[in-house]
Amino acid sequence: MIDVIIGHYNYWIVIVLMMAGFYTVISRGNLIKKIVGLNIFQTSVFLLYISIGYVSDGTAPIIAEGFTRYSNPLPHVLILTAIVVGVATTALGLALVIRIKEAYGTIEEDDIHNQDESL
Amino acid sequence: MKHNLILRLIAKYLFPIIALFAFYVQFHGDYGPGGGFQAGVILSVGFIFYAMVFGLKTVEQAVPMSLLRVLASMGVLIYGGTGVASMLMGGNFLDYDLLSQDPVSGQHLGILLVEAGVGITVSSVTLMIFYAFAGRDMPADGEGQ
Amino acid sequence: MIDTLIDITLMIFLAVTAFAIIRIRSLFVAIMLFSIFSLHSAGLFVVMDAADVAFTEAAVGAGISTVLMLVTMALTRTEKEKWSTHHAPLPLIVVLITGAVLVYGTYDIPAFGDPGSPAQVHVAPRYLEQSMGEVGVPNIVTAVLASYRGYDTFGEVTVIFTAGVGVLLLLSGRNNRYKRDRDASSGHLRGNSDET
Repeated sequence: MIDVIIGHYNYWIVIVLMMAGFYTVISRGNLIKKIVGLNIFQTSVFLLYISIGYVSDGTAPIIAEGFTRYSNPLPHVLILTAIVVGVATTALGLALVIRIKEAYGTIEEDDIHNQDESL
Repeated sequence: MKHNLILRLIAKYLFPIIALFAFYVQFHGDYGPGGGFQAGVILSVGFIFYAMVFGLKTVEQAVPMSLLRVLASMGVLIYGGTGVASMLMGGNFLDYDLLSQDPVSGQHLGILLVEAGVGITVSSVTLMIFYAFAGRDMPADGEGQ
Repeated sequence: MIDTLIDITLMIFLAVTAFAIIRIRSLFVAIMLFSIFSLHSAGLFVVMDAADVAFTEAAVGAGISTVLMLVTMALTRTEKEKWSTHHAPLPLIVVLITGAVLVYGTYDIPAFGDPGSPAQVHVAPRYLEQSMGEVGVPNIVTAVLASYRGYDTFGEVTVIFTAGVGVLLLLSGRNNRYKRDRDASSGHLRGNSDET
C-alpha cells in the first residue's frame, strides 16, 4: 500500500489540479475566468505526461559525458508542441471574448444567455 | 508608463540583452535546451516589454505590422522550402540526409534551417497577436462594469 | 530525497494556487495567480529533468498568455466576476465523479520514475542510442523535434500561423465600431452587422 502511494502520489496531485481547472471551466460564468481554468487544465495535463516520462536517477535528454541514463525525450517533444498549440487557442479565445464584449456589452455567461433569449 | 524613470532606464538596457539571449537560445538549441519556439517567444516578449513602457506607436515605427505579416509567412515557407528542397534532391519530404555531402552534416544543416523558420514564425506571430490586441480601441468611458 | 521534497512542495504550491484561483473574484488577482501557477509548473518541469519544456512553459505561460489575458481584461473593462447568488451542486458532483474515475485509472500506470516501464523501452532507447550517429546533435529533444518527427513540427508551425491569421481576422478590422454603435443605439444587442 505504501509503495502504491509513493509510486503514484504525483499522478494523484496532478488529477486534483486537473479537476480544479475543470471545475473553474464549468462552474464560473465569467468568460475570462473560464479561459484561465482551461489553461490550468492544460498545464496539469502537461505535468501528467512529463511525470510519465520521468526516469529516476536520470538526467535531461542532452547527451553529455558521464551520464548513461536519460529521461524519455518523446513526451518532451509532444508537450512542447502542445504548449505552443495551447497558447494559439488561448489567443483566439481571448480575441473572441473581446468581440463578444463588443457585441453584447457583457462577458458574463448568464447575461449573454438572457440577451439571446429575450430576442 | 514612460514617465517612470526606473522603467525607462531598465527597458532601454534590458531590450538588447533580451534580444541577444533570444538569438543565443535559437542557435544553441542543438547543444543545450532551446530551439526555435523558445527563442521566438523570448524575442517577441522583449518587444512587448518595450512597447509596454514606451507605447505601442514607438515599437510600431520600428517593426510595422506589414513587416510582421511578411515574416510570419516567410518562416512557414522556409520550413516547407527545406522539405521541398530535399524532395528536389531526390529523397522524401523533409529528408535532410541529402542536403549536403554526408548525412550528418546534411541533418545539421536541415535542423538549422528548420529551427530558423520556426523561430521567425513564432516571434512574428506572437508580436502580431499583441499588436492586434493592444491596437484595439478602448471602449468609451461609462461602459462595462 | 531532496528531489522528492522539492517535488511535493511545488505540487502543494500549485494546488493552493489553483484553489485560490477558483475562489478569488478579482480578475486581476486571478490572472497574476495563473502566472505564478505557470512559473511553479516550469520549476516542476525542471525537477523532472525536462529542460526544454520548462523553458517553453515559463516563456509562454508566464509571458505571452499572461500579457494577452491582461490586455483582454483591460479591453473588456471587467475587474470582478459577477457574484452569483446560487451555487449549483452539479458541477462539483461531476468534477468529483470524474476525479474518482481518473484516480481509479491511475492504478494501472507504472510507478513514478520506473526505468522499466513500457513507455521507456519501446522506441525511446532507439532515439537515445542512435541519434548521435544519425543526426549528430547532442540535444536529443531538438533532434527528435526537428528531424525524427519533423512533420509534426511543420504542422505545429502551421497551427501557430493559423492562430495569428485568425486573430487578425477577428481583431484588426475597423476599431471604431464600438464607439459609433454605442452612440447610435442605446446599448442593446447590435445583431449581426459585420465590418465591411
